[in-house]
Order: sequence, then C-alpha cells, then structure tokens
Amino acid sequence: MANNKKKNLPPQAQEYQAFQSKREVKRPIFKNCLKAFLIGGTICLIGQCISTFYIYYFNFTEQTAGNPTTATLIFLTMLLTGFGIYDRLGQFAGAGSAVPVTGFGNAVISAAIEHRTEGFILGVGGNMLKLAGPVIVYGVFSAFIVALIKTILLKWGGF
Amino acid sequence: MIFFWAFVIGGLICVIGQIMFDVFKLSPAHTLTSLVVLGSLLDGLGLYEPLIDFAGAGATVPITSFGNSLVHGAMLEAEKHGIIGVVTGMFEVTSAGISAAIVFGVIGAILFKPKG
Repeated sequence: MANNKKKNLPPQAQEYQAFQSKREVKRPIFKNCLKAFLIGGTICLIGQCISTFYIYYFNFTEQTAGNPTTATLIFLTMLLTGFGIYDRLGQFAGAGSAVPVTGFGNAVISAAIEHRTEGFILGVGGNMLKLAGPVIVYGVFSAFIVALIKTILLKWGGF
Repeated sequence: MIFFWAFVIGGLICVIGQIMFDVFKLSPAHTLTSLVVLGSLLDGLGLYEPLIDFAGAGATVPITSFGNSLVHGAMLEAEKHGIIGVVTGMFEVTSAGISAAIVFGVIGAILFKPKG
C-alpha cells in the first residue's frame, strides 16, 4: 500500500519522504522490549499473587482462579485509570501495559470516562466498547471457527 | 516457583506485543486482536492449557487468555450438546473479563471526571 502511494506523488514529495525516513527517530526496540517485559511481567506477578489468594481462601483451582483474578485486576485498573496513573504507565511501558487484561480494562474504562459528557446512554454506553470492540469481535469469531473445526473433527473425524 | 514463571511468561507475551508495535508497526488494536486470535488458535491445538498449568497468571492475565477461554467455553458446551453448543457456550468461561470491564467502566464513568 505504501509503495502505491509513493508512485503517485510528485518527485519533490518522494525526495522529502526519503529525507523524512532518514531523519525519523529510530524506535529503541530493545529498550522498549525490556520495559514491556518488566512491566508486563510485574502485572502478571501481581495477578499471580491475587490468584494464589483466591486459591487458598476461596477454594478456586489453578484453572478457575483466572476469572476472579481478571475481575480484581480490572477493578484496580478502574482506580488507576480514573486517577490518570494508567496513561502515564502506558507511555512508559508500551505493550507491557496494553497486552495484559488490565490494558483491555483500561481501553473500556477510559473510553467510558472520556465520553461521559455526551450523556450516559449515547456517550458512555455507545462509546465504551469502541476500542475494545475489535478484540471482542475477532476473539469471538476466531473462537467460533476454531471450536467449530475442533468439534467436527472430534465428532466425525474419529480423533 | 510459579511466581517466577508467571513473571517470565507474562513478560515474554508482552514483549511479543511490543515487537508487533515496533517492528511490524501495527496499531494497538491490531496487536491485541492478533494476540486474541493467536490465543484461540493455541487453545484449539491444545497448547494453552499446559501453559496455564506451567505459568499460572503469566498465561491467564495477558489478553491471549481471552481467546483461549472463549474456545474453552465453546468446547465445554460442544461436548454436551454438539455443534449448537459452540454458539451457546462461547461466553461461559470468559464472562468475568467482559462483565467486569463493562461494570467497572460504568462505575468509573460515574465516579471520575475526564481529564485534560
């Protein structure tokens, strides 16, 4: 797509683009990955502490403890998002704060808070899932395809 | 020991996300969507369950587990009711994440005012 766009531009614009890409600040990939690793790992570590708590005090198992842990983490995200701390964390950590479920929570909650001035039905309700929508839509769609194929193989494939 | 592996595996999944950001120049929405699809494929192949046993929250906290639990719910119901269970069971295991996000989203919108 980028190449097609380039062909249609006048020569000066092409020169400018070459110049721009040379001057563009290179993203410090290694440093970003390290930050993402540390922050993402820490969030998962906190999650592990919470799920250990649920396993010992509320009789969940290793497999089922994921659910209450997710809910607790999203509750914490609500507080951090509301006080504006999560956005700053996101600028520092990149994917480290976006990939864990807290990032999903942050996308929903920040959209909800941002649009409250437009009213609770159309503003909050209508825009809440704007950012998180694609994740739910394609998660459900791919899960449907995968589960369908697997069921067909199990039922009639004789695996 | 599981605390250590939760940190390492969770961190590594975030590094995969960061590489998608920086090297492949994908937007956050594209990255998260790809990771969810990846999670559902891994569960389809039966690889995600062992990862949860191994790394605990390191595998359940990243968004990949969302895809995993969608497939999981669908398969649980499909075992009981066949093909129709794929649709009816889809949200059986995942409901916590989505309902928590929506409930706390509304509460957050009531409690907090937008900044800036």
